[in-house]
Amino acid sequence: MEVFVQQLINGVTLGAVYGLIAIGYTMVFGIIGMVNFAHGDVFMISAFVALICFMAVTALAGMSGGAIFLALLVALIVSMIVTSLFSWTIERVAYRKLRGSFRLAPLISAIGMSILLMNFVQVAQGARNKPIPPIMRDTIRLFEKDGFVVAISYKQILIILVTALLLGIFWYVVQKTPLGRAQRACEQDQKMAALLGINVDRTIAVTFIMGAALAAVAGTMFLTYYGVVVFSDGFVPGVKAFTAAVLGGIGSLPGAVLGGMLIGLIETFWSAYFSIDYKDVAAFSILAIVLIFMPQGLLGKPEVEKV
Amino acid sequence: MSMTEKAPLLAVRGVKTYYGNIIALKGVDIDVHEGEIVTMIGANGAGKSTLMMTIFGKPQAREGSITYDGRDITRMPTHEIAHLGIAQSPEGRRVFPRMTVFENLQMGASVNNLAHFDQDLEKVCAIFPRLKERLQQRAGTLSGGEQQMLAIARALMSRPRLLLLDEPSLGLAPIVVRQIFEVIREVNRTEGMTVFLVEQNAYHALKLATRAYVMVNGLITMSGTGKELLSDPQVKAAYLEGGHH
Repeated sequence: MEVFVQQLINGVTLGAVYGLIAIGYTMVFGIIGMVNFAHGDVFMISAFVALICFMAVTALAGMSGGAIFLALLVALIVSMIVTSLFSWTIERVAYRKLRGSFRLAPLISAIGMSILLMNFVQVAQGARNKPIPPIMRDTIRLFEKDGFVVAISYKQILIILVTALLLGIFWYVVQKTPLGRAQRACEQDQKMAALLGINVDRTIAVTFIMGAALAAVAGTMFLTYYGVVVFSDGFVPGVKAFTAAVLGGIGSLPGAVLGGMLIGLIETFWSAYFSIDYKDVAAFSILAIVLIFMPQGLLGKPEVEKV
Repeated sequence: MSMTEKAPLLAVRGVKTYYGNIIALKGVDIDVHEGEIVTMIGANGAGKSTLMMTIFGKPQAREGSITYDGRDITRMPTHEIAHLGIAQSPEGRRVFPRMTVFENLQMGASVNNLAHFDQDLEKVCAIFPRLKERLQQRAGTLSGGEQQMLAIARALMSRPRLLLLDEPSLGLAPIVVRQIFEVIREVNRTEGMTVFLVEQNAYHALKLATRAYVMVNGLITMSGTGKELLSDPQVKAAYLEGGHH
């Protein structure tokens, strides 16, 4: 029971990070039917930007509690902005011209973009792990039984709260604003959206920006949680988040969050109860099993009949 | 047409449209004047819907020109054309299936940022009471007729000066068809809205029309007033046989 609760907390934290990244995959797929393989690397870059901001602010302001809070806030905001710019540029140079080309073209371009970004960061930042000093090590003890302490760390609380808040804002934008309506319209019928005066190119660009901003939140949280980032960090979390998007039903926003949570939980529980070496095998096996029985994913929408 | 008459609101001149290398419109000339209801009839595959979409630049005409309100819109991006006061209820209705009826209508009003939304919502709900009952329902769950009403209502929500209707009667029960043609006549008469419609349901469409064109294989083969075409023996033989008269 104690182990279960503790792993649940850990799993939800990890799942929040995956869910945030998964939204970027699922939104882009929803609107242009393309898997943006560079999205994981955009997430990695966001963690680096956050790291640089964090180091810069703490170098100036010191390591007091207030300074760390300020540093994280600056890291989050700057990372969201810089990462959005990266994503916007990628869409502009690598994908837009290929729209309307054969389906594999943008996909291959995305893989190329992914390799480029990874190597760019390796050359620019070096191949070693980049750490930040340990922060927010305090935990809240929830309960104790037979010497096993169930605790939630401030970091975990921060991650879960920030994720919940941003998902709420994001949900509101997509469901209730003209921008979100235009996005959903483009997702369902681009030609009709254009006939109604929607600038489809701009809406797609905004979608890339929103996906990147959420990935930047994930990147900053990832850095806060693990305290370290390396140039190859885009790959495995990226693939996991993509898996989460597919598991939840690609194209579905609640599906992305649910899929992220499930992948996070499966991974954490498997590590705790079975073998940590096989945690990825477990996560991807669940994906395979779900897809065999529910090819649309858990919350995927069935194809709507075109009349 | 007299020399003193105003320039047409919509002028299509020598328009050729291709799908890849296949020519769909082989040089089409059409005039639509302010306040008119202009009908185009023609068989399936004649190019009527292609013309409707070419006016909106999807696909763009490869040759010829399209002028709206004195402006050349031949190469203008589709979404900018929509901001000039042209609206279309397209072939296949194309309602957004996973949005509610209400949201579909909001989409229709997005060119003017929902400026007169409440007022116009009330108006289209009065025209189509069925939609009012279904405002919170997803459009994909509507029947074909209701979707057609929604597509027309959505086009009306932008308060267009020129309304393009592509087969508004397709697949509808005769009583609904009559109702929809009545709506077209009504918006034309009370609001002076100019209407250009494409129809296979030739009898009703010609009865409604100020002027009409016949399209065959990507070319205009005949034009005249609605009455003239209704009584033309060729039109009768080709489009009205076994029809509703």
